[in-house]
Amino acid sequence: MRLTHLFFLLIFFVFSNCKEQNSYLTKIEGKHIVITDSLTKNKEVEDFIKPFREHINNDLDSILAYSPKICSKSDGELNTAIGNFMADAVYSESNPIFKSRTGNNIDMVLLNHGGIRAVLPKGNITKRQAYEIMPFENNVVVVALKGKQIDALLNYLKNKKKAHPISQLKLTLDQSYNIKEATIKGKLIKKDKTYYVATSDYLYGGNDGMYFFKPNDGLYVLDYKIRNAIIDKFNKLDTINPMIDDRFIQIK
Amino acid sequence: MKRREFIQQASVGTTLITLGGVGLQSFTSAPSKKITILHTNDVHSHIDAFGPNDGRNSNKGGIARRASLIENIRKENPNTLLLDAGDIFQGTPYFNYYGGKLEFKLMSMLKYDAATIGNHDFDNGIDGLFAQLPHAKFQFLSANYDFSNTIMDTHTKPYNVFIKDGIKIGVFGLGIKLEGLVDKAMYKETKYLDPIEISQDMTRILKTEEQCDLIICLSHLGYNYKQNPDKISDLKLAAATKNIDLIIGGHTHTFLSKPTVIKNSEGKNVLVNQVGCYGINLGKIDFYFDSKKNKSANGKSIII
Repeated sequence: MRLTHLFFLLIFFVFSNCKEQNSYLTKIEGKHIVITDSLTKNKEVEDFIKPFREHINNDLDSILAYSPKICSKSDGELNTAIGNFMADAVYSESNPIFKSRTGNNIDMVLLNHGGIRAVLPKGNITKRQAYEIMPFENNVVVVALKGKQIDALLNYLKNKKKAHPISQLKLTLDQSYNIKEATIKGKLIKKDKTYYVATSDYLYGGNDGMYFFKPNDGLYVLDYKIRNAIIDKFNKLDTINPMIDDRFIQIK
Repeated sequence: MKRREFIQQASVGTTLITLGGVGLQSFTSAPSKKITILHTNDVHSHIDAFGPNDGRNSNKGGIARRASLIENIRKENPNTLLLDAGDIFQGTPYFNYYGGKLEFKLMSMLKYDAATIGNHDFDNGIDGLFAQLPHAKFQFLSANYDFSNTIMDTHTKPYNVFIKDGIKIGVFGLGIKLEGLVDKAMYKETKYLDPIEISQDMTRILKTEEQCDLIICLSHLGYNYKQNPDKISDLKLAAATKNIDLIIGGHTHTFLSKPTVIKNSEGKNVLVNQVGCYGINLGKIDFYFDSKKNKSANGKSIII
Protein backbone atom coordinates (compact mmCIF):
# COMPACT_ATOMS: atom_id res chain seq x y z
CA MET A 1 0.00 0.00 0.00
CA ARG A 2 2.82 2.30 0.80
CA LEU A 3 4.33 1.48 -2.56
CA THR A 4 1.03 2.44 -4.21
CA HIS A 5 1.10 5.87 -2.70
CA LEU A 6 4.67 6.36 -3.69
CA PHE A 7 3.89 5.36 -7.22
CA PHE A 8 0.99 7.77 -7.45
CA LEU A 9 3.12 10.53 -6.08
CA LEU A 10 5.86 9.78 -8.55
CA ILE A 11 3.47 9.91 -11.48
CA PHE A 12 2.03 13.09 -10.13
CA PHE A 13 5.43 14.70 -9.90
CA VAL A 14 6.31 13.68 -13.44
CA PHE A 15 3.14 15.12 -14.93
CA SER A 16 2.82 18.27 -12.92
CA ASN A 17 6.27 19.09 -11.57
CA CYS A 18 4.40 19.65 -8.35
CA LYS A 19 3.26 22.99 -9.73
CA GLU A 20 -0.28 24.06 -9.38
CA GLN A 21 -2.47 22.40 -11.95
CA ASN A 22 -3.71 24.48 -14.90
CA SER A 23 -6.99 26.21 -14.32
CA TYR A 24 -9.97 25.56 -16.52
CA LEU A 25 -12.82 27.89 -17.13
CA THR A 26 -16.01 26.09 -16.19
CA LYS A 27 -18.67 28.75 -15.79
CA ILE A 28 -19.30 32.35 -16.78
CA GLU A 29 -21.96 34.57 -15.26
CA GLY A 30 -22.66 38.00 -16.74
CA LYS A 31 -24.99 40.81 -15.75
CA HIS A 32 -25.48 44.56 -15.83
CA ILE A 33 -25.99 46.48 -12.61
CA VAL A 34 -27.88 49.78 -12.91
CA ILE A 35 -26.42 52.59 -10.80
CA THR A 36 -29.54 53.91 -9.07
CA ASP A 37 -30.26 56.25 -6.16
CA SER A 38 -30.72 53.23 -3.89
CA LEU A 39 -26.92 52.97 -3.70
CA THR A 40 -25.24 55.03 -1.02
CA LYS A 41 -22.61 57.52 -2.10
CA ASN A 42 -19.02 56.79 -1.19
CA LYS A 43 -18.16 59.65 1.16
CA GLU A 44 -14.51 59.99 0.22
CA VAL A 45 -15.39 60.26 -3.47
CA GLU A 46 -18.28 62.65 -2.82
CA ASP A 47 -16.13 64.90 -0.63
CA PHE A 48 -13.47 65.03 -3.32
CA ILE A 49 -15.93 66.13 -6.01
CA LYS A 50 -17.82 68.70 -3.91
CA PRO A 51 -15.50 71.76 -4.16
CA PHE A 52 -15.07 71.29 -7.91
CA ARG A 53 -18.83 70.96 -8.41
CA GLU A 54 -19.49 74.10 -6.38
CA HIS A 55 -16.93 76.10 -8.30
CA ILE A 56 -18.38 75.03 -11.65
CA ASN A 57 -21.97 75.66 -10.56
CA ASN A 58 -21.18 79.13 -9.23
CA ASP A 59 -19.46 80.01 -12.46
CA LEU A 60 -22.07 78.47 -14.74
CA ASP A 61 -25.08 79.87 -12.95
CA SER A 62 -24.10 83.53 -12.87
CA ILE A 63 -26.62 85.43 -15.01
CA LEU A 64 -25.30 86.98 -18.22
CA ALA A 65 -28.42 88.00 -20.16
CA TYR A 66 -32.17 87.55 -20.52
CA SER A 67 -34.14 85.73 -23.21
CA PRO A 68 -37.82 86.65 -23.66
CA LYS A 69 -38.63 83.46 -25.59
CA ILE A 70 -37.51 79.90 -26.29
CA CYS A 71 -35.46 79.55 -29.49
CA SER A 72 -35.13 76.07 -30.93
CA LYS A 73 -33.21 74.95 -33.98
CA SER A 74 -36.39 73.29 -35.28
CA ASP A 75 -38.27 76.62 -35.47
CA GLY A 76 -37.67 77.89 -38.99
CA GLU A 77 -37.20 76.40 -42.41
CA LEU A 78 -33.86 77.53 -43.85
CA ASN A 79 -32.84 79.86 -41.05
CA THR A 80 -33.59 79.78 -37.33
CA ALA A 81 -33.39 82.41 -34.62
CA ILE A 82 -30.90 80.43 -32.53
CA GLY A 83 -28.76 79.61 -35.59
CA ASN A 84 -28.77 83.26 -36.66
CA PHE A 85 -27.73 84.27 -33.15
CA MET A 86 -24.82 81.82 -33.14
CA ALA A 87 -23.54 82.72 -36.60
CA ASP A 88 -23.88 86.46 -35.87
CA ALA A 89 -22.07 86.00 -32.55
CA VAL A 90 -19.19 84.19 -34.28
CA TYR A 91 -19.05 87.06 -36.79
CA SER A 92 -19.17 89.98 -34.36
CA GLU A 93 -16.89 88.42 -31.72
CA SER A 94 -14.30 86.84 -34.05
CA ASN A 95 -13.94 89.63 -36.56
CA PRO A 96 -11.98 92.01 -34.28
CA ILE A 97 -9.53 89.18 -33.50
CA PHE A 98 -9.13 88.28 -37.16
CA LYS A 99 -8.78 91.92 -38.21
CA SER A 100 -6.13 92.68 -35.61
CA ARG A 101 -4.08 89.70 -36.76
CA THR A 102 -4.44 89.95 -40.53
CA GLY A 103 -5.78 93.40 -41.37
CA ASN A 104 -8.68 91.74 -43.19
CA ASN A 105 -12.34 91.39 -42.26
CA ILE A 106 -14.35 88.19 -42.04
CA ASP A 107 -16.74 88.19 -45.02
CA MET A 108 -19.17 85.51 -43.90
CA VAL A 109 -19.79 82.74 -41.36
CA LEU A 110 -21.00 79.18 -41.88
CA LEU A 111 -21.74 76.78 -39.03
CA ASN A 112 -23.75 73.54 -39.05
CA HIS A 113 -27.31 72.95 -37.94
CA GLY A 114 -26.30 69.72 -36.13
CA GLY A 115 -23.87 71.71 -33.99
CA ILE A 116 -26.72 73.43 -32.13
CA ARG A 117 -27.08 71.03 -29.21
CA ALA A 118 -29.81 72.61 -27.07
CA VAL A 119 -32.49 75.30 -27.09
CA LEU A 120 -31.97 78.86 -25.91
CA PRO A 121 -34.50 78.85 -23.06
CA LYS A 122 -36.79 81.62 -21.91
CA GLY A 123 -35.64 83.55 -18.87
CA ASN A 124 -32.24 84.21 -17.38
CA ILE A 125 -29.35 83.11 -19.54
CA THR A 126 -26.19 81.84 -17.90
CA LYS A 127 -22.91 80.35 -19.03
CA ARG A 128 -24.52 76.95 -18.54
CA GLN A 129 -26.74 77.61 -21.57
CA ALA A 130 -23.68 78.31 -23.69
CA TYR A 131 -22.23 74.96 -22.62
CA GLU A 132 -25.48 73.18 -23.40
CA ILE A 133 -25.92 74.84 -26.80
CA MET A 134 -22.24 74.30 -27.66
CA PRO A 135 -20.71 71.53 -25.53
CA PHE A 136 -17.82 70.86 -27.92
CA GLU A 137 -14.43 72.51 -27.75
CA ASN A 138 -14.48 73.59 -31.40
CA ASN A 139 -12.49 76.64 -32.39
CA VAL A 140 -13.20 79.36 -34.90
CA VAL A 141 -11.07 79.13 -38.04
CA VAL A 142 -11.11 81.52 -40.98
CA VAL A 143 -10.63 80.06 -44.45
CA ALA A 144 -9.69 82.15 -47.48
CA LEU A 145 -11.79 81.00 -50.44
CA LYS A 146 -12.08 82.33 -53.98
CA GLY A 147 -15.54 83.29 -55.23
CA LYS A 148 -15.73 80.22 -57.44
CA GLN A 149 -15.19 78.01 -54.38
CA ILE A 150 -18.00 79.85 -52.63
CA ASP A 151 -20.19 78.36 -55.41
CA ALA A 152 -19.50 74.89 -54.01
CA LEU A 153 -20.48 76.15 -50.55
CA LEU A 154 -23.74 77.59 -51.95
CA ASN A 155 -24.48 74.36 -53.81
CA TYR A 156 -24.01 72.46 -50.57
CA LEU A 157 -26.54 74.73 -48.81
CA LYS A 158 -29.17 74.48 -51.55
CA ASN A 159 -28.75 70.69 -51.82
CA LYS A 160 -28.98 70.09 -48.07
CA LYS A 161 -32.08 72.33 -47.72
CA LYS A 162 -31.20 72.65 -44.05
CA ALA A 163 -30.99 75.66 -41.75
CA HIS A 164 -27.21 75.64 -41.45
CA PRO A 165 -26.45 78.87 -39.58
CA ILE A 166 -24.97 81.65 -41.75
CA SER A 167 -24.04 85.28 -41.19
CA GLN A 168 -23.33 88.06 -43.72
CA LEU A 169 -24.24 85.66 -46.54
CA LYS A 170 -27.69 86.04 -48.07
CA LEU A 171 -29.03 83.17 -50.13
CA THR A 172 -32.38 83.10 -51.91
CA LEU A 173 -33.65 79.93 -53.60
CA ASP A 174 -36.45 79.63 -56.12
CA GLN A 175 -39.33 77.14 -56.07
CA SER A 176 -37.12 74.32 -57.41
CA TYR A 177 -34.38 75.06 -54.87
CA ASN A 178 -32.14 76.70 -57.47
CA ILE A 179 -30.10 79.72 -56.43
CA LYS A 180 -32.00 82.89 -57.27
CA GLU A 181 -29.59 85.30 -55.65
CA ALA A 182 -26.53 85.09 -53.43
CA THR A 183 -24.76 88.03 -51.83
CA ILE A 184 -22.02 88.51 -49.26
CA LYS A 185 -22.32 91.69 -47.19
CA GLY A 186 -24.95 92.86 -49.66
CA LYS A 187 -22.78 92.48 -52.78
CA LEU A 188 -22.87 89.87 -55.53
CA ILE A 189 -20.14 87.27 -55.29
CA LYS A 190 -17.17 87.79 -57.65
CA LYS A 191 -15.46 84.68 -59.02
CA ASP A 192 -11.88 85.88 -58.48
CA LYS A 193 -12.27 87.77 -55.21
CA THR A 194 -10.93 86.17 -52.02
CA TYR A 195 -13.51 85.79 -49.28
CA TYR A 196 -12.68 85.13 -45.64
CA VAL A 197 -15.13 82.54 -44.36
CA ALA A 198 -15.30 81.88 -40.62
CA THR A 199 -16.34 78.38 -39.58
CA SER A 200 -15.39 75.75 -36.99
CA ASP A 201 -12.29 73.59 -37.15
CA TYR A 202 -14.66 70.60 -37.12
CA LEU A 203 -16.37 71.67 -40.35
CA TYR A 204 -13.09 72.78 -41.90
CA GLY A 205 -12.00 69.15 -41.49
CA GLY A 206 -14.71 68.11 -43.99
CA ASN A 207 -17.20 66.95 -41.40
CA ASP A 208 -20.94 67.05 -42.11
CA GLY A 209 -19.98 66.70 -45.77
CA MET A 210 -18.45 70.18 -45.99
CA TYR A 211 -15.63 69.31 -48.37
CA PHE A 212 -15.52 72.75 -50.05
CA PHE A 213 -13.06 74.28 -47.55
CA LYS A 214 -10.17 72.46 -49.22
CA PRO A 215 -8.17 73.41 -51.18
CA ASN A 216 -8.07 77.05 -50.10
CA ASP A 217 -5.97 80.19 -50.22
CA GLY A 218 -5.15 80.22 -46.54
CA LEU A 219 -6.25 79.04 -43.09
CA TYR A 220 -6.25 81.21 -39.96
CA VAL A 221 -6.72 79.49 -36.61
CA LEU A 222 -8.01 82.03 -34.10
CA ASP A 223 -7.62 79.89 -30.94
CA TYR A 224 -11.04 81.19 -29.98
CA LYS A 225 -13.76 78.73 -29.07
CA ILE A 226 -17.19 79.00 -30.62
CA ARG A 227 -18.64 78.64 -27.12
CA ASN A 228 -16.58 81.60 -25.93
CA ALA A 229 -17.92 83.70 -28.82
CA ILE A 230 -21.43 82.85 -27.58
CA ILE A 231 -20.55 83.63 -23.95
CA ASP A 232 -18.92 86.94 -24.94
CA LYS A 233 -22.02 87.85 -26.94
CA PHE A 234 -24.28 86.97 -23.97
CA ASN A 235 -22.14 89.27 -21.82
CA LYS A 236 -22.58 92.21 -24.18
CA LEU A 237 -26.35 91.93 -24.46
CA ASP A 238 -28.95 92.59 -21.80
CA THR A 239 -31.74 90.95 -23.75
CA ILE A 240 -31.18 88.30 -26.37
CA ASN A 241 -33.97 88.40 -28.86
CA PRO A 242 -32.81 86.71 -32.07
CA MET A 243 -35.16 86.53 -35.04
CA ILE A 244 -35.80 84.41 -38.08
CA ASP A 245 -35.07 86.66 -41.06
CA ASP A 246 -34.53 86.52 -44.83
CA ARG A 247 -30.84 85.56 -44.91
CA PHE A 248 -31.59 82.07 -46.25
CA ILE A 249 -35.03 81.60 -47.75
CA GLN A 250 -36.94 79.96 -50.56
CA ILE A 251 -39.31 82.08 -52.68
CA LYS A 252 -42.49 80.07 -53.00
CA MET B 1 0.21 -9.81 -9.35
CA LYS B 2 -0.33 -6.45 -7.70
CA ARG B 3 2.60 -5.07 -9.55
CA ARG B 4 1.15 -6.08 -12.90
CA GLU B 5 -2.09 -4.29 -12.08
CA PHE B 6 -0.21 -1.07 -11.54
CA ILE B 7 1.53 -1.31 -14.83
CA GLN B 8 -1.81 -1.85 -16.54
CA GLN B 9 -3.24 1.19 -14.86
CA ALA B 10 -0.17 3.24 -15.65
CA SER B 11 -0.74 2.70 -19.34
CA VAL B 12 -4.05 4.52 -19.05
CA GLY B 13 -2.29 7.70 -18.04
CA THR B 14 -5.15 10.11 -17.54
CA THR B 15 -7.19 7.81 -15.33
CA LEU B 16 -4.23 7.39 -13.08
CA ILE B 17 -3.73 11.14 -12.77
CA THR B 18 -7.34 11.64 -11.85
CA LEU B 19 -7.17 8.91 -9.23
CA GLY B 20 -3.94 10.36 -7.91
CA GLY B 21 -5.54 13.75 -7.65
CA VAL B 22 -8.38 12.39 -5.60
CA GLY B 23 -6.13 10.23 -3.47
CA LEU B 24 -3.88 13.12 -2.53
CA GLN B 25 -6.50 15.82 -2.33
CA SER B 26 -4.91 17.73 0.48
CA PHE B 27 -1.79 18.22 -1.54
CA THR B 28 -2.91 18.69 -5.11
CA SER B 29 -6.42 19.91 -5.51
CA ALA B 30 -7.20 23.60 -5.20
CA PRO B 31 -10.78 24.77 -4.70
CA SER B 32 -12.52 26.41 -7.66
CA LYS B 33 -11.66 30.06 -8.21
CA LYS B 34 -13.76 33.05 -9.12
CA ILE B 35 -12.55 36.10 -11.06
CA THR B 36 -14.87 39.11 -11.30
CA ILE B 37 -14.50 41.56 -14.18
CA LEU B 38 -16.22 44.92 -13.68
CA HIS B 39 -16.42 47.36 -16.53
CA THR B 40 -17.65 50.73 -17.77
CA ASN B 41 -17.46 52.51 -21.13
CA ASP B 42 -18.21 55.97 -22.56
CA VAL B 43 -18.64 57.57 -19.15
CA HIS B 44 -18.02 60.92 -20.89
CA SER B 45 -17.17 62.94 -17.78
CA HIS B 46 -20.47 62.05 -16.09
CA ILE B 47 -19.16 62.41 -12.57
CA ASP B 48 -22.49 63.47 -11.07
CA ALA B 49 -25.68 61.43 -11.26
CA PHE B 50 -28.44 62.56 -13.61
CA GLY B 51 -31.06 64.82 -12.07
CA PRO B 52 -34.77 64.03 -11.69
CA ASN B 53 -35.69 65.62 -15.06
CA ASP B 54 -33.36 63.75 -17.36
CA GLY B 55 -35.86 61.43 -19.04
CA ARG B 56 -34.94 57.77 -19.01
CA ASN B 57 -31.59 58.52 -17.34
CA SER B 58 -33.24 60.33 -14.41
CA ASN B 59 -31.56 59.73 -11.05
CA LYS B 60 -29.17 57.18 -12.54
CA GLY B 61 -25.38 57.10 -12.63
CA GLY B 62 -22.94 59.04 -10.46
CA ILE B 63 -19.40 58.01 -9.64
CA ALA B 64 -19.79 58.21 -5.82
CA ARG B 65 -22.52 55.56 -6.02
CA ARG B 66 -20.49 53.49 -8.45
CA ALA B 67 -17.61 53.67 -5.97
CA SER B 68 -19.64 52.13 -3.14
CA LEU B 69 -21.04 49.42 -5.44
CA ILE B 70 -17.54 48.47 -6.58
CA GLU B 71 -16.27 48.55 -3.00
CA ASN B 72 -18.96 46.05 -1.97
CA ILE B 73 -18.24 43.75 -4.90
CA ARG B 74 -14.52 43.83 -4.05
CA LYS B 75 -15.30 42.94 -0.43
CA GLU B 76 -17.25 39.94 -1.68
CA ASN B 77 -14.51 38.93 -4.13
CA PRO B 78 -11.09 40.54 -3.85
CA ASN B 79 -10.10 38.85 -7.12
CA THR B 80 -11.73 41.59 -9.13
CA LEU B 81 -10.51 43.65 -12.09
CA LEU B 82 -12.04 47.03 -12.95
CA LEU B 83 -11.74 48.12 -16.60
CA ASP B 84 -12.92 50.98 -18.82
CA ALA B 85 -13.33 50.82 -22.58
CA GLY B 86 -12.64 54.49 -23.40
CA ASP B 87 -14.29 57.87 -23.97
CA ILE B 88 -13.61 58.86 -20.42
CA PHE B 89 -13.54 62.52 -21.52
CA GLN B 90 -16.08 65.05 -22.85
CA GLY B 91 -19.72 65.47 -22.01
CA THR B 92 -20.04 67.66 -18.92
CA PRO B 93 -18.45 70.95 -17.78
CA TYR B 94 -16.12 68.93 -15.52
CA PHE B 95 -14.13 68.15 -18.64
CA ASN B 96 -14.35 71.67 -20.06
CA TYR B 97 -13.15 73.20 -16.78
CA TYR B 98 -10.53 70.70 -15.65
CA GLY B 99 -9.47 68.93 -18.85
CA GLY B 100 -9.96 65.37 -17.58
CA LYS B 101 -7.98 65.69 -14.35
CA LEU B 102 -11.01 64.87 -12.18
CA GLU B 103 -12.03 61.89 -14.31
CA PHE B 104 -8.56 60.31 -13.96
CA LYS B 105 -8.23 61.15 -10.26
CA LEU B 106 -11.65 59.66 -9.49
CA MET B 107 -11.00 56.53 -11.55
CA SER B 108 -7.77 56.14 -9.56
CA MET B 109 -9.75 56.50 -6.29
CA LEU B 110 -12.07 53.73 -7.53
CA LYS B 111 -8.93 51.65 -8.23
CA TYR B 112 -9.47 51.10 -11.93
CA ASP B 113 -6.89 48.61 -13.20
CA ALA B 114 -6.82 49.60 -16.87
CA ALA B 115 -8.53 51.60 -19.59
CA THR B 116 -8.26 51.84 -23.33
CA ILE B 117 -8.33 55.09 -25.31
CA GLY B 118 -11.49 56.32 -27.04
CA ASN B 119 -11.76 58.90 -29.80
CA HIS B 120 -13.06 61.58 -27.41
CA ASP B 121 -10.03 61.10 -25.20
CA PHE B 122 -8.22 63.08 -27.94
CA ASP B 123 -10.65 66.02 -27.59
CA ASN B 124 -8.03 68.24 -25.98
CA GLY B 125 -5.48 66.88 -28.41
CA ILE B 126 -2.94 64.17 -27.73
CA ASP B 127 -1.09 66.75 -25.64
CA GLY B 128 -4.23 67.28 -23.53
CA LEU B 129 -4.41 63.54 -22.88
CA PHE B 130 -0.72 63.35 -22.06
CA ALA B 131 -1.02 66.28 -19.64
CA GLN B 132 -3.55 64.38 -17.51
CA LEU B 133 -1.58 61.11 -17.31
CA PRO B 134 0.06 61.96 -13.96
CA HIS B 135 -3.43 61.83 -12.40
CA ALA B 136 -4.10 58.27 -13.58
CA LYS B 137 -2.89 55.44 -11.35
CA PHE B 138 -4.22 52.85 -13.79
CA GLN B 139 -2.76 51.63 -17.06
CA PHE B 140 -3.65 52.65 -20.58
CA LEU B 141 -3.77 49.67 -22.90
CA SER B 142 -3.75 50.16 -26.66
CA ALA B 143 -2.40 47.56 -29.05
CA ASN B 144 -3.43 49.10 -32.37
CA TYR B 145 -2.49 52.76 -31.85
CA ASP B 146 1.15 53.23 -32.70
CA PHE B 147 2.14 56.23 -30.60
CA SER B 148 5.87 55.95 -31.32
CA ASN B 149 6.05 59.33 -33.09
CA THR B 150 3.93 61.12 -30.50
CA ILE B 151 4.23 62.45 -26.96
CA MET B 152 2.29 59.37 -25.75
CA ASP B 153 5.15 57.05 -26.74
CA THR B 154 5.98 54.62 -23.88
CA HIS B 155 2.95 55.81 -21.87
CA THR B 156 0.66 53.04 -23.07
CA LYS B 157 1.14 49.28 -23.26
CA PRO B 158 -0.41 46.95 -25.84
CA TYR B 159 -1.42 44.51 -23.12
CA ASN B 160 -0.98 43.65 -19.50
CA VAL B 161 -1.16 40.38 -17.61
CA PHE B 162 -2.92 40.62 -14.25
CA ILE B 163 -2.60 37.74 -11.80
CA LYS B 164 -5.50 37.22 -9.42
CA ASP B 165 -5.57 34.17 -7.14
CA GLY B 166 -3.03 32.49 -9.41
CA ILE B 167 -5.19 33.03 -12.51
CA LYS B 168 -3.41 34.85 -15.34
CA ILE B 169 -5.67 37.39 -17.01
CA GLY B 170 -4.36 38.93 -20.21
CA VAL B 171 -6.00 42.24 -21.19
CA PHE B 172 -5.26 44.07 -24.45
CA GLY B 173 -6.70 47.32 -25.79
CA LEU B 174 -8.07 48.31 -29.21
CA GLY B 175 -9.00 51.76 -30.50
CA ILE B 176 -11.19 52.96 -33.36
CA LYS B 177 -9.93 54.39 -36.66
CA LEU B 178 -9.32 58.08 -35.95
CA GLU B 179 -9.24 59.43 -39.50
CA GLY B 180 -12.56 61.12 -40.32
CA LEU B 181 -13.65 60.94 -36.69
CA VAL B 182 -11.05 63.03 -34.91
CA ASP B 183 -9.22 66.01 -36.38
CA LYS B 184 -5.68 65.08 -37.41
CA ALA B 185 -4.41 68.12 -35.49
CA MET B 186 -5.67 66.36 -32.34
CA TYR B 187 -4.23 62.86 -32.79
CA LYS B 188 -1.16 64.05 -34.72
CA GLU B 189 1.15 61.16 -35.71
CA THR B 190 -0.86 58.42 -33.99
CA LYS B 191 -1.00 55.47 -36.39
CA TYR B 192 -4.04 53.21 -36.47
CA LEU B 193 -3.24 49.52 -37.07
CA ASP B 194 -5.64 46.81 -38.24
CA PRO B 195 -7.57 45.49 -35.20
CA ILE B 196 -7.95 41.91 -36.48
CA GLU B 197 -4.27 41.49 -37.31
CA ILE B 198 -3.25 43.04 -34.00
CA SER B 199 -5.71 40.82 -32.09
CA GLN B 200 -4.22 37.75 -33.73
CA ASP B 201 -0.77 38.83 -32.51
CA MET B 202 -2.08 39.69 -29.06
CA THR B 203 -3.95 36.42 -28.51
CA ARG B 204 -0.93 34.41 -29.68
CA ILE B 205 1.32 36.24 -27.23
CA LEU B 206 -1.17 36.06 -24.36
CA LYS B 207 -2.11 32.41 -24.94
CA THR B 208 1.22 30.89 -25.97
CA GLU B 209 3.94 33.06 -24.47
CA GLU B 210 2.20 34.47 -21.39
CA GLN B 211 0.10 31.31 -20.81
CA CYS B 212 -2.96 33.28 -19.79
CA ASP B 213 -6.01 31.50 -18.40
CA LEU B 214 -8.32 34.29 -19.49
CA ILE B 215 -8.02 36.76 -22.38
CA ILE B 216 -9.98 40.01 -22.43
CA CYS B 217 -10.09 42.56 -25.22
CA LEU B 218 -10.85 46.12 -24.14
CA SER B 219 -12.25 47.69 -27.29
CA HIS B 220 -13.45 51.08 -28.43
CA LEU B 221 -14.31 49.79 -31.93
CA GLY B 222 -18.09 49.86 -31.45
CA TYR B 223 -20.55 47.02 -30.97
CA ASN B 224 -21.97 46.54 -34.48
CA TYR B 225 -22.57 48.67 -37.60
CA LYS B 226 -25.71 47.43 -39.33
CA GLN B 227 -25.62 50.22 -41.94
CA ASN B 228 -21.96 49.64 -42.64
CA PRO B 229 -21.34 45.89 -42.45
CA ASP B 230 -17.74 46.15 -43.68
CA LYS B 231 -16.74 48.31 -40.75
CA ILE B 232 -14.86 46.47 -38.04
CA SER B 233 -16.87 46.08 -34.83
CA ASP B 234 -16.78 43.99 -31.69
CA LEU B 235 -19.13 41.39 -33.18
CA LYS B 236 -16.96 41.07 -36.30
CA LEU B 237 -13.78 40.94 -34.23
CA ALA B 238 -15.22 38.19 -32.03
CA ALA B 239 -16.09 36.03 -35.04
CA ALA B 240 -12.79 36.59 -36.85
CA THR B 241 -10.39 35.77 -34.01
CA LYS B 242 -9.70 33.00 -31.50
CA ASN B 243 -8.77 32.60 -27.84
CA ILE B 244 -10.55 35.78 -26.71
CA ASP B 245 -12.93 35.03 -23.83
CA LEU B 246 -14.48 38.45 -23.41
CA ILE B 247 -14.67 41.64 -25.48
CA ILE B 248 -15.58 44.70 -23.42
CA GLY B 249 -16.78 47.31 -25.88
CA GLY B 250 -17.61 50.98 -26.17
CA HIS B 251 -18.08 53.86 -28.61
CA THR B 252 -21.58 53.03 -29.90
CA HIS B 253 -23.25 53.68 -26.50
CA THR B 254 -25.02 50.35 -26.88
CA PHE B 255 -27.32 49.40 -24.01
CA LEU B 256 -27.40 45.60 -24.20
CA SER B 257 -29.90 43.80 -22.02
CA LYS B 258 -27.28 41.09 -21.50
CA PRO B 259 -23.87 40.12 -22.93
CA THR B 260 -23.89 38.71 -26.47
CA VAL B 261 -22.42 35.26 -27.16
CA ILE B 262 -20.61 34.90 -30.52
CA LYS B 263 -18.83 31.87 -32.03
CA ASN B 264 -15.20 32.64 -32.75
CA SER B 265 -13.15 31.33 -35.72
CA GLU B 266 -12.75 27.99 -33.92
CA GLY B 267 -16.45 27.70 -33.07
CA LYS B 268 -15.86 28.55 -29.42
CA ASN B 269 -17.94 31.05 -27.46
CA VAL B 270 -16.85 34.65 -26.97
CA LEU B 271 -18.74 37.06 -24.77
CA VAL B 272 -19.22 40.59 -26.13
CA ASN B 273 -20.46 43.15 -23.64
CA GLN B 274 -21.09 46.90 -23.48
CA VAL B 275 -22.96 48.89 -20.83
CA GLY B 276 -24.34 51.91 -22.72
CA CYS B 277 -22.80 55.15 -21.53
CA TYR B 278 -22.53 57.92 -18.87
CA GLY B 279 -21.84 55.55 -15.98
CA ILE B 280 -25.47 54.46 -15.83
CA ASN B 281 -24.58 50.76 -15.66
CA LEU B 282 -21.73 48.67 -14.37
CA GLY B 283 -20.95 45.43 -16.23
CA LYS B 284 -20.11 42.43 -14.07
CA ILE B 285 -18.80 39.17 -15.51
CA ASP B 286 -17.80 36.35 -13.17
CA PHE B 287 -15.46 33.65 -14.43
CA TYR B 288 -15.31 30.39 -12.45
CA PHE B 289 -12.23 28.22 -12.76
CA ASP B 290 -11.72 24.62 -11.75
CA SER B 291 -8.30 23.14 -11.26
CA LYS B 292 -9.38 19.62 -12.17
CA LYS B 293 -8.95 18.49 -15.72
CA ASN B 294 -12.63 18.05 -16.28
CA LYS B 295 -13.02 20.60 -19.02
CA SER B 296 -14.16 18.19 -21.71
CA ALA B 297 -16.40 16.32 -19.30
CA ASN B 298 -18.34 19.31 -18.05
CA GLY B 299 -17.78 21.87 -20.77
CA LYS B 300 -18.29 25.54 -20.08
CA SER B 301 -21.60 26.96 -19.03
CA ILE B 302 -22.56 30.56 -19.68
CA ILE B 303 -25.26 32.11 -17.53
CA ILE B 304 -26.43 35.50 -18.77
